[in-house]
Amino acid sequence: MRYLIYILKRLIALIPVLFGISLVVFFLVRLIPGDPATTLLGVHANAQSIAALREQMGLDKSLVSQYLTFLGHLLQGDLGYSYVYSSSVLGLITTSLPPTIWLLVSGTLFTLVIAVPLAVIAAARRNGVLDNIIRAVPVVGLGLPSFWLGIMLILLFGLKLGWFPVGGYGTTFAAHIRGMVLPGITIAFILVPILIRSLRASMIDVLNSDYIVTANSKGISTARVVFGHALRNAATSSVHVLGVNLAYLVGTTLVVERVFSLPGIGEQMINSILGRDFPTVQGITLTFAIMVVIVNLLTDLTQAVLDPRVRLS
Amino acid sequence: MTPPLLEVHDLRVDIPLPHARLNAVRGVSLTVDTAEAVGLVGESGSGKSLTLRALLGLLPRPARIVSGAILIDGEDVTGLPAKQLRRRLTDTMSMIFQDSLTGLNPVMRVGDQIAEAPIRKLGKSRSEARSIAVGLMREVGIADPERRYRHYPHELSGGMRQRICIAIALSTKPRLILADEPTTALDVTIQAQVLGVLRQLKDEENVGLLLVSHDLAVVSQACTRLYVMYAGKVVESGDVLDLVAEPRHPYTFALLRSVPDPDARVDRLLTIEGQPPDLTDPVSGCSFAPRCPFAEDACRTDEPELAAYGPQRMSACRRVDTAPRWTAMVEQDGSQEAVNGR
Amino acid sequence: MSAVTTPGTGALGPGAVDAGRTRRRGRRRNLTLISGLVLFGLIVLCALCAPLLTGQDPIKQNLPQAFLTPGSPGHPLGTDAFGRDVFARLLYGARVDLRVGVLAVVSPFIIGTIIGLVAGWFGGWVDTVIGRIVDIVVAFPFLVLVIALVFAMGSGTLSIYVAITLVGWVAYCRIVRGQVLVAREQEYALAAKASGLPTWRILLRHLLPNVILQAFVYSMSDIVLTLLAIVTLGFLGLGVPPPTPDWGTMIQEGQQFILTKWYMSTIPGLAIVVTGLALALIADGIVDKANK
Repeated sequence: MRYLIYILKRLIALIPVLFGISLVVFFLVRLIPGDPATTLLGVHANAQSIAALREQMGLDKSLVSQYLTFLGHLLQGDLGYSYVYSSSVLGLITTSLPPTIWLLVSGTLFTLVIAVPLAVIAAARRNGVLDNIIRAVPVVGLGLPSFWLGIMLILLFGLKLGWFPVGGYGTTFAAHIRGMVLPGITIAFILVPILIRSLRASMIDVLNSDYIVTANSKGISTARVVFGHALRNAATSSVHVLGVNLAYLVGTTLVVERVFSLPGIGEQMINSILGRDFPTVQGITLTFAIMVVIVNLLTDLTQAVLDPRVRLS
Repeated sequence: MTPPLLEVHDLRVDIPLPHARLNAVRGVSLTVDTAEAVGLVGESGSGKSLTLRALLGLLPRPARIVSGAILIDGEDVTGLPAKQLRRRLTDTMSMIFQDSLTGLNPVMRVGDQIAEAPIRKLGKSRSEARSIAVGLMREVGIADPERRYRHYPHELSGGMRQRICIAIALSTKPRLILADEPTTALDVTIQAQVLGVLRQLKDEENVGLLLVSHDLAVVSQACTRLYVMYAGKVVESGDVLDLVAEPRHPYTFALLRSVPDPDARVDRLLTIEGQPPDLTDPVSGCSFAPRCPFAEDACRTDEPELAAYGPQRMSACRRVDTAPRWTAMVEQDGSQEAVNGR
Repeated sequence: MSAVTTPGTGALGPGAVDAGRTRRRGRRRNLTLISGLVLFGLIVLCALCAPLLTGQDPIKQNLPQAFLTPGSPGHPLGTDAFGRDVFARLLYGARVDLRVGVLAVVSPFIIGTIIGLVAGWFGGWVDTVIGRIVDIVVAFPFLVLVIALVFAMGSGTLSIYVAITLVGWVAYCRIVRGQVLVAREQEYALAAKASGLPTWRILLRHLLPNVILQAFVYSMSDIVLTLLAIVTLGFLGLGVPPPTPDWGTMIQEGQQFILTKWYMSTIPGLAIVVTGLALALIADGIVDKANK
């Protein structure tokens, strides 16, 4: 029950942000010099279509009413029409969304699988050799360009060793999984440095707590103490750090999808940019923002599940 | 004659610091018999908490045991391989801490924390462990334990939490509970309740108690025998009532005199001036000498030995023979300064 | 006498800290900052001395000389698809990327700090409004918004600066605001307020020096982030316009030849990693120094 109230409260707090997002996207097109309708129609413009679009967008009316029209369309699910791809923007987005979701899930999984054990080991063997090696990872990893890492992984594991496909998404479920390994690892390395640092620090803090002494005094196994007690507590503050950085992660799908030729919304956005397909760029920017909002919500929920003290506030 | 449940011989604990080495526990020996309640009294820095922690191998880093033997039922366990040692220690003893809030895992239900050891250590099933936990909660005096089971530590009061900690300590079926200032953070009425629980455990379940505190009143209430610690060493030990009636070490004496007793007629409250010694410097002579009202020159140069002077009584004061006259000596002079100046 | 055992450490809990290590660690901390500065200094030096280190022109195409392997005479790192010397492009690319990377951090720093000061000091509706704006900007992934803005404003170095400023001020605002919230309760702030100094003076002369450290520390890692953003833009074809050399563009150009001419993409990437490493070391070194 308390969960539901928490979720509801968070959702309500989101409404102003969602409005703001729509405002930003609204103004994005209007940043471009010239008439917005001409911009949106682009190369395929003729006087008739321009006039029709102008009327549809309400460009002769005030800015406020334009925004309201825009918002109205938005809420009906009408994100515009892409003349470059001859499809509704919404349609384009729905077709290209699945690979991106796969990528994000894969990336998150790999992040956890790589970072959590390393952070736990580093904290448990503090100042030891292993710890120092693991602590070097964030220092090197901070400046690691994700697209370059992707290319290197393709070179090694795709081309030279042939273990994984060099790109593409595949058509079957199994092909999806195979195709998501290298991209997932690539994306993971954006968050791994941050997570290692934050989780290691939290673990060290937690391992010095009294309740860890209590747990040890019961005579239960060290593994149980570290994972069942320490990690569970350390995770709560790291989840927050993760959440803050997930927005950045979502953005990197843009470039990782390009490197691995994944037909996701990031790749679609780049193509639309290069093809001067403004409506789609607008629509995808909006989609990205909504994805970030959802991801942040999920992070908050995860934190509430992990830490009962959060639920009360 | 059965050997005592716990014997500690000449325990020494060090804390290596970046600039020095702190000798926190400098040769402590004590015994606890089955179902006995023994107290360990001293001020902060006396090494009493570390002694306790060392017994379960729970010293906070970087402190470590330098030497000493721990015997359980007469068997020296210190030589055992690490895993076995830990097993023996945690099978026999459990610990409860001063701060029950930080001593409990904040993200785990209290009932589950009690049930954990039965599941992981004693191999009970989930449902068995649950009923054990509920039973333990009832035993320590928690009303409506089934409902309380699902609570989190921050949802309970201080006294309730401390009872949970006792229940957790009991979950491993210990024969001895090591209590590190368990009542210090509680107010007086709750204090009495918690001590009552511990006494009941001793009387009904034969669970012994080694109680560490700086509060003489608490210790004399709950324990039958007492060790007094100062600067990392035991300076006096014996039966509680005897000790309180006739202290045989100046530190114990001063301690007793500094606590107002509403029942006794006390003319003057003695404050113990000065600070405990810096244990990174090797101290020559008796470590209490700088603050002792009865110190003489030899006290400052020769380290006194802990020696028996009566049945079950030990004292580490070379002037122990003058003890019966201490009260008179102090009151005779009439002024605090004269007493401390001597 | 029983054997000396230490059951309090390894066997029962995570390993103990050795006092000797603490001492050594103290010295190593300075090493972080120093090594970072030295490395970064080297990189900057190479960039500045580009004309001295190579005689080749990074821009002029020379098709007959295309695809030379590293170690070829006159071309220590080979040539690219257009016959341009990779080493030269690397060095001149350093100039471009470093310059843009460092400069692009300056305006978000300044603007974010000012807004953060204002939000933290005045509180109330000002803070709420700014907070909402921050929430909205933060809702967009950094790269997505930057790319969308560059796209909208037309590509070119100026667009990059503007886009990064519009998106990047948020981090500084948050950091400074947090610091101000703490600082304004301090005695020196209350004293300044009580003495009737004009607000701008209090903010600039008294508060600013005390809150700026954290922002400065962050700016070190922000340079790395900005550098990555710039090379990413270059990789996507949205960065500094060709034929200006840029590490990101170089990687992209080399991608299609990855199997045979792997060095074309690998080398610029390594340059980025090393530069990032140097900056990360500096950032860590400053943090360690600040924590002393």
